[in-house]
Amino acid sequence: MNRYMLCEEVLANISDYVDGDLAKDLCAKIELHMSECRNCRVVVDTMRRTVEIVQLSDEGDELPSDIHQRLLARLQIPDSDQ
Amino acid sequence: MDKATGATQEISLERLKQGDRAEFGRMVEQTSPAIYRLALRILGDSHEAEDALQETYIKALKALPEFEGRSSLSTWLHRIAVNEALMILRKRRPDLGIADEPEEDEPDQPAGLQIVDWCCLPESEMMSAETRRFVNQAIANLPGKLRQVLILRDIEGLSIRETAEALGITEMNVKTRLLRARLRMREELSGYFGERL
Repeated sequence: MNRYMLCEEVLANISDYVDGDLAKDLCAKIELHMSECRNCRVVVDTMRRTVEIVQLSDEGDELPSDIHQRLLARLQIPDSDQ
Repeated sequence: MDKATGATQEISLERLKQGDRAEFGRMVEQTSPAIYRLALRILGDSHEAEDALQETYIKALKALPEFEGRSSLSTWLHRIAVNEALMILRKRRPDLGIADEPEEDEPDQPAGLQIVDWCCLPESEMMSAETRRFVNQAIANLPGKLRQVLILRDIEGLSIRETAEALGITEMNVKTRLLRARLRMREELSGYFGERL
């Protein structure tokens, strides 16, 4: 099989593959390809890490104080800081 | 949140359902930063995000008596916030909206895929505060249609079908947009981590 086409096929299915949503036979084809193609292996591995990093990317900042104040006012909640 | 100790107290659903305003206030204090960030990420506009934030709690207040607690309060609030943010998106001009339009106007993948193996970097580097800031900026820089799908699917954890229903687009378009969004994020991270290898 033409490797160039297969690399494209890996790329087209990479999102479903890292989600575990791909049919077994297609997974097997991708894994066979990756065993021989370092570039695709790197792309799949880094894609998997990318999804993990995005999933955990919440910075956990505080709510800006003016927005907080207006929210409490709209909801008629007394501000415990005042 | 107990401001003196930084500890988070368990919110009582029973008291919320009974209309306990102090308990509702505690829930708002604990959950509103995350709800605001979610709205801001979807909408990319602080004024609209604030509207979505306020409407989320107005809706929650009305719906609480019917909330049966099958999901966590946080999950329930996030779903309300997603719906509010998407409603605001639908009111925008059509070119900024989320309509199920053809996807062929953009290339399937960025030109020149970066082949940098940064998986070997230590976990502490991959999840550092600096990395999070970079990732959040990269998410904010995504085109709206890609950003919305990435947030709903990868950050909010909706399924492909739920994401399609929430956005009013086909599952195929969700998958296409998700693939593009993830490929772009991978490129951004490859550039970022590539400088650190």
